[in-house]
Amino acid sequence: MELKELISQKLQANFPEAELEFSEFRNEFNVKFNKKFVNPICKFLKEDSELEFLLCEDITAVDWAKRKNRFTVVYHIFSLKHNFRLVVKADVDESDCNIDTVSSVWKTSDWQERETYDMYGIKFNNHPDLRRIYMPEEFEYYPLRKEFPLLGIPGSLPLPKK
Amino acid sequence: MDRLTKDDVHPKILQKLLEDSDITFEDALENEMVLNMGPQHPATHGVLRLLLRLDGETVVGCVPDVGYLHRGYEKMAENMSYYEFIPHTDRLDYISPMANNVAWVLAVEKLAGIEVPVRAQYIRMIIAELTRVASHLVAIGSFAMDVGALTVFLWTLREREKIMDIWDILCGARFTNSYTRVGGVANDAQPEALALVKKFIDEIDSNLSECESLLNTNRIFIERLDGVGVISKEDALSYGYTGPNLRASGVEFDLRRATPYLQYDKVDFRIPVFTEGDCLARYFVRADEVRESAKIVKQCLQLMQPGEIKANMPKSVLPQKVEVYSKMEELIHDFMIVNFGINPPVGEVYHAIEGSKGELGFYLVSKGEGHPWKCKIRSPSFIHIQSLPHLVKGHMVSDVVAIIGSIDPIMGEADK
Repeated sequence: MELKELISQKLQANFPEAELEFSEFRNEFNVKFNKKFVNPICKFLKEDSELEFLLCEDITAVDWAKRKNRFTVVYHIFSLKHNFRLVVKADVDESDCNIDTVSSVWKTSDWQERETYDMYGIKFNNHPDLRRIYMPEEFEYYPLRKEFPLLGIPGSLPLPKK
Repeated sequence: MDRLTKDDVHPKILQKLLEDSDITFEDALENEMVLNMGPQHPATHGVLRLLLRLDGETVVGCVPDVGYLHRGYEKMAENMSYYEFIPHTDRLDYISPMANNVAWVLAVEKLAGIEVPVRAQYIRMIIAELTRVASHLVAIGSFAMDVGALTVFLWTLREREKIMDIWDILCGARFTNSYTRVGGVANDAQPEALALVKKFIDEIDSNLSECESLLNTNRIFIERLDGVGVISKEDALSYGYTGPNLRASGVEFDLRRATPYLQYDKVDFRIPVFTEGDCLARYFVRADEVRESAKIVKQCLQLMQPGEIKANMPKSVLPQKVEVYSKMEELIHDFMIVNFGINPPVGEVYHAIEGSKGELGFYLVSKGEGHPWKCKIRSPSFIHIQSLPHLVKGHMVSDVVAIIGSIDPIMGEADK
């Protein structure tokens, strides 16, 4: 059986309520689901003996600006067993801007989630150390959101007095 | 000056001064101390700041602080065309600019569905591998310098200088190259440049052995690194290690083999793997990889045939400048691409290459416009710095320097 079918069958059998959606673009396999299931599904993908997605390559978010579910959190995970990359996605709305952390599954997600929080303001529930990573702690804005101007906001960073 | 007396200063101030001058500890080892290392520290390879909690001279805790070189490249990428971002990739991992160029254009080509001519792919392989050689030479040299072997740094930089000379002929710039283009490379590789490449890879084996002979039999070097900064296979994977650092922990994972891109499935090379996972293993992996890269370049030179260096897709590939000045069609396409950009279809791709530090990936989201809707840079250095608290715990302060050198972070890439 092809790996993509195997993944979709396994996920559908184990998480029937997760509103799973599968898609493909340029030979990249995407799976999207309800954000409540992010922790159990990631744990399952990592620990299932036939899949073994041991390497979490990247976590980021996309700001769709005017869409109803404004953000999509995107995880790129890799299975060394099959040499296969899977794209895992979950929508997050601005009014309920949080998602569960996966730092208990992959340790690398600690900083990657901090970066996503710093840039988009998405809170990761139960994260061990959710601080800003690039911007100073007292910075009030989230720079990669679409409403943040490219030139920055004057006065948002304290400068020495003249 | 004589001692201050009660007549000179106010008694309260005098008491305070005397209190401050008393710095005798009951027991020096009992006192925990917080040491701020960096951001301006020669051994932190840029502007990395570490907060170390020390018990005596042993590190009991560490908090890395990044962001001193944050320039917001991901935001800038959203506001410029796919072509305009190529020079900016040079400034990410500034030790291996060519590999960043290759990674970026491969991601854009995957998004836009552009097929690149075989000769351009071989040229890209050659520059990517030579960049890996240059990067590993700097890594080995500065690593040796961090632990006290100064000569090696000069010798490896002398070798890297030869690669810079090749870049000079190839694309006219020594450091920030911007040599690749979407759909190919800027210009064909000149016979002079290829002759220099051949000369370089013929000599690199013996020249590297010379450098290694200063280190591999050096008892101080070995004893300072053996068993220091050990990370297990499971931890390395969980921390998201890739590249030489992962292979030093015993995982045979190389994107050139796992998900072949360019023409890597046509060449024969070995993936060096060490199982110890300590600083010494990370040094050995890099030294071996230099030789493997030389092998790949040698094969590329043999397999390379004369031919086109740019894809024939006028709507998305910039024409050669000579043609822009002499032909109407090319002038129109050049105008359209420069002003409005290439418009890849709506969609999102992630493409990663085996960069010199590890997996260098670009995640691009397109809404069908001339500029990307989102660009995410997956930089290996950022991921590797994250594991520093795990690595340095229980080691001496002087080992921290060796551990930072062994994981080889570049802050331009970690801070984006």
